[in-house]
Amino acid sequence: MADADTHLETDVLVVGAGGAGMYAAIAAARGGARVLLLDKSLVGRGGATIMAQMTVAVAMGEQAPDHWTRHHADTLTAGRGLCDEVLAALLCREGPDRIREMDEWGVGWTREDGHLKQVMAPGHDRPRCVFVDFLNTGPAVAKTLRGKVAKTDGITRVSNLSVTSLVTHDGRVAGAVALDLAKGNPVTIAAGAVVLAAGGLTRLYRRNSASVNMGGESYALALDAGASLIDMEFVQFFPIGHLAPRLVGMDPIMWDPFRYKLGGRLLNGNMEEFIHHYGATDSGAYTAPRDVTSYAIVREVAAGRGSPHGGAYLSFEHIGEAALRDAFGPVIDRLARNGIDLAQGPVEVAPIAHYHMGGIRVDERMASDVPGLYAAGEAVGGANGANRLSGNAITEALVFGEVAGRNAARDRIAPVWDAAWAEKAVSDITRLSMPIDTASGPAFGILFSELQNLLWDKVGLSRDEQRLTAALSRIRNMRSVDLPALHPRDSGPFAMGVQEWFDLRAALATAEAITVSALNRTESRGAHQREDMPATDPAQAHNQRIRRAGDDELVLDTIPVRRATIDTVSRGAAE
Amino acid sequence: MTDTVAVTIQRGAAGETPRDDIFTVPYREGMSLLDALIWIRAHADPTLAFRYSCINANSCKECVVSVEGRTEYACTTRLTGGAVSVRPIGNKRLLRDLATDTVPPKEKFAAQD
Repeated sequence: MADADTHLETDVLVVGAGGAGMYAAIAAARGGARVLLLDKSLVGRGGATIMAQMTVAVAMGEQAPDHWTRHHADTLTAGRGLCDEVLAALLCREGPDRIREMDEWGVGWTREDGHLKQVMAPGHDRPRCVFVDFLNTGPAVAKTLRGKVAKTDGITRVSNLSVTSLVTHDGRVAGAVALDLAKGNPVTIAAGAVVLAAGGLTRLYRRNSASVNMGGESYALALDAGASLIDMEFVQFFPIGHLAPRLVGMDPIMWDPFRYKLGGRLLNGNMEEFIHHYGATDSGAYTAPRDVTSYAIVREVAAGRGSPHGGAYLSFEHIGEAALRDAFGPVIDRLARNGIDLAQGPVEVAPIAHYHMGGIRVDERMASDVPGLYAAGEAVGGANGANRLSGNAITEALVFGEVAGRNAARDRIAPVWDAAWAEKAVSDITRLSMPIDTASGPAFGILFSELQNLLWDKVGLSRDEQRLTAALSRIRNMRSVDLPALHPRDSGPFAMGVQEWFDLRAALATAEAITVSALNRTESRGAHQREDMPATDPAQAHNQRIRRAGDDELVLDTIPVRRATIDTVSRGAAE
Repeated sequence: MTDTVAVTIQRGAAGETPRDDIFTVPYREGMSLLDALIWIRAHADPTLAFRYSCINANSCKECVVSVEGRTEYACTTRLTGGAVSVRPIGNKRLLRDLATDTVPPKEKFAAQD
C-alpha cells in the first residue's frame, strides 16, 4: 500500500468553490491563513450559486423601510417553527454587510432612482430582494467572487480535485484525501482547519434543478468524520419547475423570475385556478409559500386534475406578446428555440427538487461538532427550518461563508499529518483506479437513476410509512450489495468512473439519513408531508439530529429548537 | 422523425491514434447532445469521457465540444434524430475522448508545485 504520491499542506482547506466556499476562502485569507480552495468541477463555475437566477433576500431598507428583525421574522414564519433562530438571525443581520461588500467588489446590483432596487418575493412582508438581472444574479455573484478570490493573496485554487474523505485524528479534523480527476491519482492534504462548502443534495432526486456537484457529499463527508446533521427530512421542492415541452439550455426553475415580473396564472388541467383551495392565494400575483404550492399541485394531479404530463399549467397568455417581449427580450427567442410561445399557450410546470434545509449542525461560528471542521452555505442545516424563505440561499452562502472562513482562520492549529491516518481513504482510490477486465456487474448510471427514482417516488413530496420503509430497505441493500460490486470500467486521464463510485457512496449515505429522519417525523410540517399523518403535531416542534455510530449505524435523537431573543444574538465571534 | 439517433464520437487519449465509435441512442423529443452522452455512459459505454457540471442549464459552460466541426455546448445542441458527429475541441490539450484540459492555468494542480 503506497502513500499518495502528492501531499499538500495548508492552514485552511475549503472544500467546494461556489458562493459559500469562495467567500470562506476570502475571509480566511483576510484572517492571515494560507488557504487551499478546491472544487470537483471548476472553481466558481459549478455548484448552485452560478445557477441562481434572480433574488437575494436582505433587509437593506432601500426600497422600503426595513430592519433585519423583520427579515428574521419572515424567515421564522416560513420555517414552520423549526428554524435555528441564532443561525437565522446571523443570516439576516449580517446579510446587508455582505451585500455592501459585494457591491464594492462590483457585482452590479440593480439600482433605481439612486438606491438599490428591491423586489417582493413570496413569504416576505415587503420588497426585500436585491438582484443583478432577472436570470443572471447567480452568474454575476460567482464571477465577482472568482475575481476577488484571484486577487486575494494567500488563496491557492485547484479545480477538478474532488475530496473523497475527511481525515480525523484524536477527534479533530486533520485534513482530507482527494481524487485528482485529470490523472486519477489520490492526493493527501494536511489542514489546520477545514470548511465544508460542497453544497446540497438535489441531484439525488429524479426531477431536480441541479448539477453533478449537488450529490450530498457535504453531508456524507461530515457524517463519516463524526459530525452531526440536523433536519435531514426537509428537502425543498420548487413548485413550478419546468415540465413540458422539453426545455434545454435553461435552468428548469426559470419560471420563478417570470412570475416575479409578470405574475402569470397557475391553472390545473381543467384550466382553473386552484391555490385558493389549499389555504393560499394566487390569482396572477405570486405570493403563495413554496411548500403550499408544491403540495397543491401534487394534490390536484392525484385528484385527476393535472396537466397532460402530470403537473399544472402556467399561463402568460393574458399578458400579450408586446409586453412579454418588453419584459424578457432575447429570452423569448431562447424559448422559441425550445418550441415555446408564451403568447400562444401555457407551459406545464411541476415540483422539482431545489434546495435542502437540513445539513451539518453548526454553532454561530459555523463550527460543527468536530473540532476544526466548519461548514458554510447549503451544507449547513438549521437556519431555514422546515421550509426556506425565497431569496435566502445566496444570502446564506455569503454570510455563512464569511463567518466560517473567519473562524476557521482564527481557531486553526498548525497542520499535523501522519500518512497512516489517511491510509484507508488513499487505498480506496488506488483500488478503484485499477481497471478490471469484466463487463459484468452493475453500472453507475443505472444504479444512480434507480436511487433518483426511489427517492422521488418514496421519499419525495408526499410520504408515508410504507413507502419510506421500502425505500430505506433498498437504500441499505444498495449500500451493502450494489456499491461493493460497482467497479469503474474506465482508467487513465479523466476517468469518471472513480468519481462516480464516490458519488454513489455519498448519495447512499445521504439518502439513508433523509429517509431515517423522514420515517421518524410522524407528522406533516413544511417540506415534509406525510399522507398517513397529515396534521402538524405541536409536540414535534423539535429538530432531529443524526450521526454515525461505528462504521455503519445511524443514530437519531431530537433536540430542542435553538431560540434567540434578539439581544442574545451576539455578533458571531466579534473580537 | 426517427426514434433513434446515431452519435459518432471521436475516442482516444492524448498520444493515441483517434478512432470513431458510433452509438445508437434512443431519441426523445427535445433531447440535447448532453442527454445522449449521459445515456451512452450509463447504458452503452461506461468508459466514455466528457465534461459537464450543471445538467442542461447552460450555466457551467463546461460541456464544450466540436459538433460537425463547430464549437458548441453539448447541452444546448438539440438533436433532431438522424445522425450527429462529435469531437473534442481542437484548441485545448486532449485528456481523453471528448474531455480536454479546459481548467484555467492558475487553477491547475501543477500551480501547487
